[in-house]
Amino acid sequence: MTGLGVRTDNLTVTFGDQVALDGLDLRLAPGKIHGLLGRNGSGKSTLAAVLAGFRQPGVGRVLLDGGDLGEAREPYENAVVTSRVCLIRESGDLYDAAPVKNMLGLAASLRPYWDADLAGDLLDRFEIPMRKRVQKLSRGKKSALGVVLGLASRAPLTIFDESYLGMDVPSRQLFYDALLADYAEVPRTIVLSTHLVSEVSPMLEEVVILDRGRLVTQSPVDSLRGRGASIVGPAAAVDELTTGLAVLAEQRLGGTKSSTVLGDLDETLVRQARSAGLEIGPVGLQDLFVHLTATNSKEGDR
Amino acid sequence: MVFDDRSPIYLQIADQIKNDIVTGALAEDEQVMSTNQYASFYRINPATAAKGFAQLVDEGVLYKKRGIGMFVSPNARELLRTGRRKAFFSEVVDPMIREARAIGVPLKDVVQHIEKEDK
Repeated sequence: MTGLGVRTDNLTVTFGDQVALDGLDLRLAPGKIHGLLGRNGSGKSTLAAVLAGFRQPGVGRVLLDGGDLGEAREPYENAVVTSRVCLIRESGDLYDAAPVKNMLGLAASLRPYWDADLAGDLLDRFEIPMRKRVQKLSRGKKSALGVVLGLASRAPLTIFDESYLGMDVPSRQLFYDALLADYAEVPRTIVLSTHLVSEVSPMLEEVVILDRGRLVTQSPVDSLRGRGASIVGPAAAVDELTTGLAVLAEQRLGGTKSSTVLGDLDETLVRQARSAGLEIGPVGLQDLFVHLTATNSKEGDR
Repeated sequence: MVFDDRSPIYLQIADQIKNDIVTGALAEDEQVMSTNQYASFYRINPATAAKGFAQLVDEGVLYKKRGIGMFVSPNARELLRTGRRKAFFSEVVDPMIREARAIGVPLKDVVQHIEKEDK
């Protein structure tokens, strides 16, 4: 089992007059850990729900393929596909009145690759009591239970949609460790939807950044690191140098200006900047994310 | 080790291992961690770790033994030291001279200081 590949064509979802996903064309390669980044309301959760077949696309379509599915199929109203896609949302989608044990039993009956040993081991590590009713668990334990169900399902496409927000830092680290260990053992397609960029990004191979229902950029995460640069110095010199570059943000303090640009600066430009007395510094992933999804950000995929 | 968000992690991994070799923390012909061990130890994506290791194999710093793992090349330390020596004056000495000038430390004082170390 390698995991499912994802493909969306012109995927559009609207709620009344609000556009949640706006003509999204996306490919997620099978067997990788993808980060789905975006601000609140960017369409991350809607995309996750459509991939899992919880929601029907308004316009366009979603196709999943690979693994033991073979040819591409749409997830909506297709039990064969949805049993292989596990979406864990922050709410956990749990039955409050049921004991933890029953939630595991339900997952075991729905999930073809369910691993009961892994589930038991993870419950111990997160210290979740089997006999307790779900509604008696704290918010953090409920989130942890969701995470356990998501990992032990070993679904060929597993999506965690901010599922770990209710968990404290030590529990989140337990989750990250368990995720990486199990992914190494059973590689599959994993999507982590989050805005905790700096915490999650080392675990990712690819990132998808959404903003207002559109794709801002999709890239291997390591090539996004170091793709931004900040250029600081006398305003006129900064302006001259950044002409023709994709400027994401600008800041002025007196006669000094700081511009954040996207793209690899070639050596000539770097030398030109140095001789003009400008300082060039790298921009971190988190800052790049903030600039790329800022409300006043200049349009498009650069 | 905490990875910096501002440059590719695979390069940071490669640099860290090179550093361990130069300082002798990793000996020649010593086995290095597997990419999965490395990934789970540092909480990073296994593909990223694999890319860092692959880079070191390409550069001749590590070599693979099929089915066993990766090892430090017998000449790795010398290879890396030679590379760093080339950059030593431009990357270490020149910035020091600039700083000395900027804060008014006479270069002859710097030379004297270095000569004391050499005795």
